[in-house]
Amino acid sequence: MQRIGVFVCWCGTNIAGTVDVEKVAQALSHEPGVVCSYNYQYMCSESGQQLIVNSVKEHKLDGVVVCSCSPRMHEATFRKAAAVAGINPYMVEIANIREQCSWIHKDMGDATLKAIILGRAAIAKVNLNAPLYPGESPVVKRALVIGGGIAGIQTALDIADAGYEVDIVEKTPTIGGRMAQIDKTFPTLDCSACILTPKMVDAAQHEKINIMTYSEVENVKGFVGNFTVDIRRKARHVREDLCTGCGLCTEKCPSRKGSDEFNMGLKKRGAIYIPFAQAIPKVPVIDETQCIKLKTGKCGLCEKVCGVKAIDFAQKDSIETRQYGAIVVATGFKPISLENFDEYAYSRCPDVITSLEFERITNAAGPTGGKLLRPSDNAHPHTVVFIQCVGSRDTSGCGKPYCSKICCMYTAKHAMLTREKYPDTDVYVFYIDVRTPGKGFDEFQRRAVEEYGVHYIKGMVGKIHDVDGKLLVDASDLINDEKICVAADMVVLATAIEPSDGARALATKLTASMDTNDFFTEAHAKLRPVESPTAGVFLSGTCQGPRDIPETVAQAGAAAAKVIGLLAKDKLTTDPCVAISDEMLCNGCSCCEKVCPYGAITYSNKEFRIAGKIETRRVASVNPAVCHGCGACTVACPSGAMNLNGFSNKQIMAEVDAICK
Amino acid sequence: MQVNEKNFQPKIVAFCCNWCSYAGADLAGTGRLNYPANVKVIRVPCSCRVNPMFILRAFQKGADGVIIAGCHPGDCHYSTGNYYARRRMTLLFSMLDYLGIERERTRVEWISAAEGAKFAATMNEFVAQITELGENKRLEDLRCKK
Repeated sequence: MQRIGVFVCWCGTNIAGTVDVEKVAQALSHEPGVVCSYNYQYMCSESGQQLIVNSVKEHKLDGVVVCSCSPRMHEATFRKAAAVAGINPYMVEIANIREQCSWIHKDMGDATLKAIILGRAAIAKVNLNAPLYPGESPVVKRALVIGGGIAGIQTALDIADAGYEVDIVEKTPTIGGRMAQIDKTFPTLDCSACILTPKMVDAAQHEKINIMTYSEVENVKGFVGNFTVDIRRKARHVREDLCTGCGLCTEKCPSRKGSDEFNMGLKKRGAIYIPFAQAIPKVPVIDETQCIKLKTGKCGLCEKVCGVKAIDFAQKDSIETRQYGAIVVATGFKPISLENFDEYAYSRCPDVITSLEFERITNAAGPTGGKLLRPSDNAHPHTVVFIQCVGSRDTSGCGKPYCSKICCMYTAKHAMLTREKYPDTDVYVFYIDVRTPGKGFDEFQRRAVEEYGVHYIKGMVGKIHDVDGKLLVDASDLINDEKICVAADMVVLATAIEPSDGARALATKLTASMDTNDFFTEAHAKLRPVESPTAGVFLSGTCQGPRDIPETVAQAGAAAAKVIGLLAKDKLTTDPCVAISDEMLCNGCSCCEKVCPYGAITYSNKEFRIAGKIETRRVASVNPAVCHGCGACTVACPSGAMNLNGFSNKQIMAEVDAICK
Repeated sequence: MQVNEKNFQPKIVAFCCNWCSYAGADLAGTGRLNYPANVKVIRVPCSCRVNPMFILRAFQKGADGVIIAGCHPGDCHYSTGNYYARRRMTLLFSMLDYLGIERERTRVEWISAAEGAKFAATMNEFVAQITELGENKRLEDLRCKK
């Protein structure tokens, strides 16, 4: 029997408001093994921790039970306190009486009784705890950044500047991401390319950064400090080591039916193409679905004009396997599909465009050379209507329930740019709310209204009709309480944003969790916003939720700081809560090996002395550095030889017993 | 007897995986989403750590319902643990069925770390269901009730 101390936390009124902490401490003091029981306002505070330390010393405690908030919150804190007091940190158990008791129950009697039962379960468990000792694992001093947009580039630059090797894996043929497509940035209206492309060049020229474009993460194995990642290098059919980026092949290519992704399909491109002039690497790629040579075997014009023999039609996808200590996810966003929003006539009318398409149209390097011309007839539109919240804040199920955050600001920017370039244009913006928190943001939006004369109308658009080349926008004006109709030449939809394609599949590979909208989840919403709950996986940019460029850059720096902190360590301590095999019970059946997802279990022949005889048997052993402690093997084992440190069969049974008593 | 039935408070054990469902339960707490105090959570690293023996033990000791909650299929922190849990529980449940234990007393649910509302809703529903079923008498070992 252990000597156990019980510490019941009030958490101010968070717990004490619904749980009679005095009564809990009193009731638990009679449990087997308990030698002292206290309650205190804030156990996690310095004086609270001191109370634990002093009690351990005074009562010569072996085990500690803290009835407080979730172990996900303060288990580490109390384990440290135990270590300070001189006992093994794994002799601490937490009874979660805040998140799973006081916060969800209103009746004091029920909540107090439940807290006592949860406390009993923790006491029963700690009675069976044994000291555990963490192992060590080395750290590979190299980071992987998945995604080469501004988030990935900034993270990579910050990590590389600290002296660590970084690989950027980008699935498209160039780095740059969404920011490269944008014309101007709010609220300063400086040119996006002018601030992004120097960063792209910095990344490309940095001796510590290795950029792998047209590549995707195929498979991830391992754990924090020691990931093994298979990277699929998709066949570019152009050799990066030979190509000079002259672009002659892209001009000569006779196939002209490919949709130009960089220009949001507003233009056609050749089968061999460089996405945009400042692309990095400036090496073309052959679109296998469009190339005449690859489809029919005839043509090969690009190969003939290439002076350095860089074209390689025979190139195949290859897999490169690399080791990393840390992984940063920076996979970004895409606008949602508008198939559920037929009322806006996007699929029928070419002059109904998305905001990202508008960015390309206003961009000097875009399909219209920066002139505001509508796609249907290349005429200058005289009335432009912007519709906000297309698919954002939509609880009907057609769109997304969240606010896409950036649309209010970029719509104000679009409206302002339109009025500035073409003062003869009437500009209307339909909105539900205008949300402009951010430095200089509200001032910016006010300028659009006050200085540039943009008509902001509170209300949503019901339907768009295409009548004789005019787009009739039926809407309601909520402030004047009337129905209105605007005859527009062009309509721009501020489309909601969602995580990029493949984000969900990547999360599965990384075993990183996602929220219900497929944005990556952070380890703690407030205190660990750039870390994924999976150790060694960090988050940067819009893969975590909608945000603008300054926020993305700030988060990229924060993620880099976390990665640098990890890579600076030579060794990591490993969780001792891993499986152990009782060799006396093991019969070498291999059941555990088959269910282990990490290959942590190996077999060897060992000699045993049984009833005076020496016998050789095949038994399982667990490599603690590779085991993650899931416990699959413990249940698979037919002879009960496998157990899990920290969550042993006996410990869980004791908890069950205590709860059902 | 009538009064007893009306006041029946079922004992419910919930095994929650550390990465998804336990965090979902915490989120239900953070969101102050109420569910009955009958539910007591036991934290396990993964749903695949739940030995069918634990469930039998809970019933033996007088639990009226047992629920196992893990990450959604494909989202397991350990890649495949919840698949093992699903298979094992399917087998266990068919055995319980054979023994005449109501199928509704046991349940496997997938609740992610972001689904606090689902956690609370599931528990509310489960408690209501078990309350309706009444006490578990068939598997309870009366020797445990000293």
